[in-house]
Amino acid sequence: MALKIVKGSIDRMFDKNLQDLVRGIRNHKEDEAKYISTCIDEIKQELKQDNIAVKSNAVCKLTYLQMLGYDVSWAAFNIVEVMSSSKFTYKRIGYLAASQCFHESTDVIMLTTNQIRKDLSSPNQYDTGVALTGLSCFVTPDLARDLANDIMTLMSHTKPYIRKKAVLIMYKVFLKYPESLRPAFPRMKEKLEDPDPGVQSAAVNVICELARRNPKNYLSLAPLFFKLMTSSTNNWVLIKIIKLFGALTPLEPRLGKKLIEPLTNLIHSTSAMSLLYECVNTVIAVVWLSVLKYLGLLAMSKILKTHPKSVQSHKDLILQCLDDKDESIRLRALDLLYGMVSKKNLMEIVKKLMLHVDKAEGTTYRDELLTKIIDICSQSNYQYITNFEWYISILVELTRLEGTRHGHLIASQMLDVAIRVKAIRAFAVAQMATLLDNAHLLTGNTQHSGICEVLYAAAWICGEFSEHLEDPMATLEAMLRPKVATLPGHIQAVYVQNAAKLFSTVLCGQEGAPADSKVAQETSQLLIDRLPVFVQSDNLEVQERASCILQLVKYIQKLQQKDVEVAEEVTALFAGELNPVAPKAQKKVPVPEGLDLDAWINEPPSGSESEDEGRKTKGKAVFAREESRHTKPRYTEVDEKELAKRREVRKAEQANNPFYIKASPSSQKVRTASSPNRQLVLWMPMSDQYVKLEEERRQKNKADRKKDKKKRREKGRQRRGDSGPESEEDITPAHMVDIVTEEMPENALPINSSLTSRCITDVCDIQGNLHDGSQVVVSVIFENKCDSFIKSMEFNVMDSLNSKLQRPEGAGPHDSLTVPFHLPPGISSEARFIFSVQSIVMPQKLKGTLTFIVKDSSTHEKLDFKLHFTCTSYLITTPCYSDAYAKLLESGDLKGSSLKLEGINQPFHHLLARICFHHHFSVVERIDSCASMYSRSIQGHHVCLLVKTADQTVSIDAKCDEPGLLRNVLDEIKLTFSQC
Amino acid sequence: MSVEKGHLDSFKHKCCEDLYQKLYILVFPCTLTVFVIYVPQNEDTEQQIIRETFHLVSKRDENVCNFLEGGMLIGGSENRLIYRHYATLYFVFCVDSSESELGILDLIQVFVETLDKCFENVCELDLIFHVDKVHNILAEMVMGGMVLETNMNEIIIQVDAQNKMEKSEAGIAGAPARAVSAVKNMNLPEMPRNINIGDISIKVPNLPSFK
Repeated sequence: MALKIVKGSIDRMFDKNLQDLVRGIRNHKEDEAKYISTCIDEIKQELKQDNIAVKSNAVCKLTYLQMLGYDVSWAAFNIVEVMSSSKFTYKRIGYLAASQCFHESTDVIMLTTNQIRKDLSSPNQYDTGVALTGLSCFVTPDLARDLANDIMTLMSHTKPYIRKKAVLIMYKVFLKYPESLRPAFPRMKEKLEDPDPGVQSAAVNVICELARRNPKNYLSLAPLFFKLMTSSTNNWVLIKIIKLFGALTPLEPRLGKKLIEPLTNLIHSTSAMSLLYECVNTVIAVVWLSVLKYLGLLAMSKILKTHPKSVQSHKDLILQCLDDKDESIRLRALDLLYGMVSKKNLMEIVKKLMLHVDKAEGTTYRDELLTKIIDICSQSNYQYITNFEWYISILVELTRLEGTRHGHLIASQMLDVAIRVKAIRAFAVAQMATLLDNAHLLTGNTQHSGICEVLYAAAWICGEFSEHLEDPMATLEAMLRPKVATLPGHIQAVYVQNAAKLFSTVLCGQEGAPADSKVAQETSQLLIDRLPVFVQSDNLEVQERASCILQLVKYIQKLQQKDVEVAEEVTALFAGELNPVAPKAQKKVPVPEGLDLDAWINEPPSGSESEDEGRKTKGKAVFAREESRHTKPRYTEVDEKELAKRREVRKAEQANNPFYIKASPSSQKVRTASSPNRQLVLWMPMSDQYVKLEEERRQKNKADRKKDKKKRREKGRQRRGDSGPESEEDITPAHMVDIVTEEMPENALPINSSLTSRCITDVCDIQGNLHDGSQVVVSVIFENKCDSFIKSMEFNVMDSLNSKLQRPEGAGPHDSLTVPFHLPPGISSEARFIFSVQSIVMPQKLKGTLTFIVKDSSTHEKLDFKLHFTCTSYLITTPCYSDAYAKLLESGDLKGSSLKLEGINQPFHHLLARICFHHHFSVVERIDSCASMYSRSIQGHHVCLLVKTADQTVSIDAKCDEPGLLRNVLDEIKLTFSQC
Repeated sequence: MSVEKGHLDSFKHKCCEDLYQKLYILVFPCTLTVFVIYVPQNEDTEQQIIRETFHLVSKRDENVCNFLEGGMLIGGSENRLIYRHYATLYFVFCVDSSESELGILDLIQVFVETLDKCFENVCELDLIFHVDKVHNILAEMVMGGMVLETNMNEIIIQVDAQNKMEKSEAGIAGAPARAVSAVKNMNLPEMPRNINIGDISIKVPNLPSFK
């Protein structure tokens, strides 16, 4: 018998065990499936034996095969057999196999119930352990129901090893058999405070799992968990608890505050990254929500600078932040919005902001909102406004705010827009008239509030643009109400002055129809009646203006009574339109000759510095004079700094002054990109309803522009080709005009325009007039690129002191010239305009506008452009003989200047042809790589060039009797070559 | 899901949706070694999960993060694969959103360190030839897909106690078997044992000769 056992075990030694199986599979890579099938046959044989050791070995191998994906469900019964072995070794193998192979549908499971119950109550804790482990994997509802009580008992087992497993498996039991939850829960709660950390951890695990599904029901455990969080040192448990609190705090906000301290402690004390992470996670989720919101917005504003697009997509989120109860978050959000607006979303954002203005409590925040609305709208020169009527109504709406300090801001915006956006004036005037009429609402109870500043703007706009008023009489009456006398002095002054303007408008209107002269007289009477109030004002300005105008009106009344027509003369008082002036306009006025702005008008008072030096040099009085000469430049240095400072101050002033057009970077960009024969397609913007269309058009337009450029270049090449280098003298001078769109007109069009697309191309040649020394002819080619008929084109250029557009006799200095043709779609035509120029020494840029009517529309459309008169355009190709040329040079009347061009690798004759072509020179003589050239200005200045070339370097020595002109011509030549 | 008094019905109802929960643990060398799924599946689905997971994990770079959003196969976006890569071994845990990502990474580290202790400098081949032992160790750490114990010493104590019990059960009869097993192991081409898990850099230089 004993022998048999020994023999059996020796047989077994040579049975394949798990290691052999693994090794075998690895050695049979090619025919793995075949090898395994033989193994399975072997296993089947082994399972038929009575020996439990052999069986368990087979089951062990099956477990491995199952893992590789083989179906072993046929051996389920054998697994149960091995499970029920009394030896732990085999039992463990059996339970492992069961946990891997059994499914809920495995029918032998129901045979295991009693076996498992027996194992659970086994005196050996590891028997119980493996049973619990196995059961956790294949527990079915039936098993859960039958074993729930046994497991619940185990939760109070003396061995912590069993307790923790029992606690953990309860979760599985709850899942399969929910009825067990209620009776088991008190004990589960008890286990949270189990002395053994493992059991505690298991209980936390289970409760966290349950609470995750329904946090509300576990709020009552919060104090317990709170205690655990402060006492436990097990990271895993802490992580679980912190995660649980993350789920609980949204339900119970008071928890958040309590958590801050322990969480902060943990964050500071823990070295475990995972715990730290979860702490921070929870902190983010609940505790410092508002702090994070703020920081998030702050971060966004930084991102906005570099990636505006990515922030813009969060617009709604940011708008939501405006509802936050924390004021600093709202202010942050406002800041962000400022950077986020675009043409598309401006109206939407402002509309939302207006809603907030209505809701806002506290004037500080409301004022902040107001300034932000205006900032947002007016930023980058009103870049994002597509509808100025809308903007005016927003401004008017803002005046309804009570107690705001920003009345002057609104006022300056109104003035700015009304002055600069001509198309809007009628609308603005109508709105302002209403505002004046309701002035009592503004001033009613808050007399000293800043909002009455708006009336300043309203009165001025109504007066200045009174021709747009529907009922000037009514407005006049409104402006002269006695209550006006309670307004601040400077506003009253404006009222008085503009009442006079309105008066002139009224007279104008009435005297046209003689029958109504009575009304005109009544108007005079009204003024005479009402003005004395202002004459008595304690404000000097008001008093002065009022008394002056009162006397004027009295005199007019006298004339009226004699039936003398006075309207025209009165109107003349206020004639002339106020034009906006660009901040750099001063630069365009040429400095009168002989005026040196850098020179001292009076010698500067001797500063302390020179005194010091004077003291030092006292002993050497002889050199004193020389010393002082040296110090002079130092003064100018200081002075330059001072000048720069003043310039800054002036810029700041101009930026705040609505009457200045701010330089727009975009237009500058266009200007610098000038090229010979350049042309720009100018295109007209649309009403805001067409924002989308607009974009499409813009792209199309870009493409057009490219095409056109190409075309022009080809044309230019052709011309050059025709003339050829040999017949240099025949090259016709052609020069360019830069037409640059200004920023404003783009959006300044009236919104009611229903037009879609209009494009006009202007190409200009500027050519001096040979017969008159001060005339330049500008030929402009108008090309209609849109689909509609364009008519009533009017060409106007703002005259500068130096250059004037020649207008027909009798025309005023600001009248525009009618272009003598209409343009059907796709047609281009040329018109010539003559300019008279006084000084030709400096290049000039003239600003102009082209107004036109597109058929089927009654409104005038406007196109702004710039004419660029280069000095070259004042030169006329004049042939000159070499002997006359030599005489000229010898005469000594000419002053010299020179220019070096590097890196020119075109043939010399091409170079000469270019100068001839672009700069109107003719070649006098050419010897090898040296040529002399000549040109004459329209005012008879001689310009002589000596061009030499060697090794890609071209040196030009030039002489001219006007050094300024020469300098500019050379600069232009340089520019021409730098562009090729 | 409601679990409190009065809501028990809905709890039961939702159970069936809870198909995939908790951990899968996969330990890969270049081929699969250990694989535990705590939610019973049929073999085909299991193999598919393994293939997909292996595919997902193995093509990832060394320096990318240790987390992967799960595909549909492992239960949708609720579940994530969290893995650690030690030389030729990948330890992949598939967990749902209730687990802390970094916590699981720590857990993997505990698992690997425990293996290292139990096998005395663990190497890939230990895992390959002693799948049952790996399972037993894992059973002390994770039970039914839930984390049972995170304290390494406690795990080792329990594993050792059970092994001791196994030995005593085998007694005299077990001795010849162990001897044979030792002889068989000697036939193995040199087993590389230079894997040091302590500092997470496993090197298995001789591996290619092991085919």
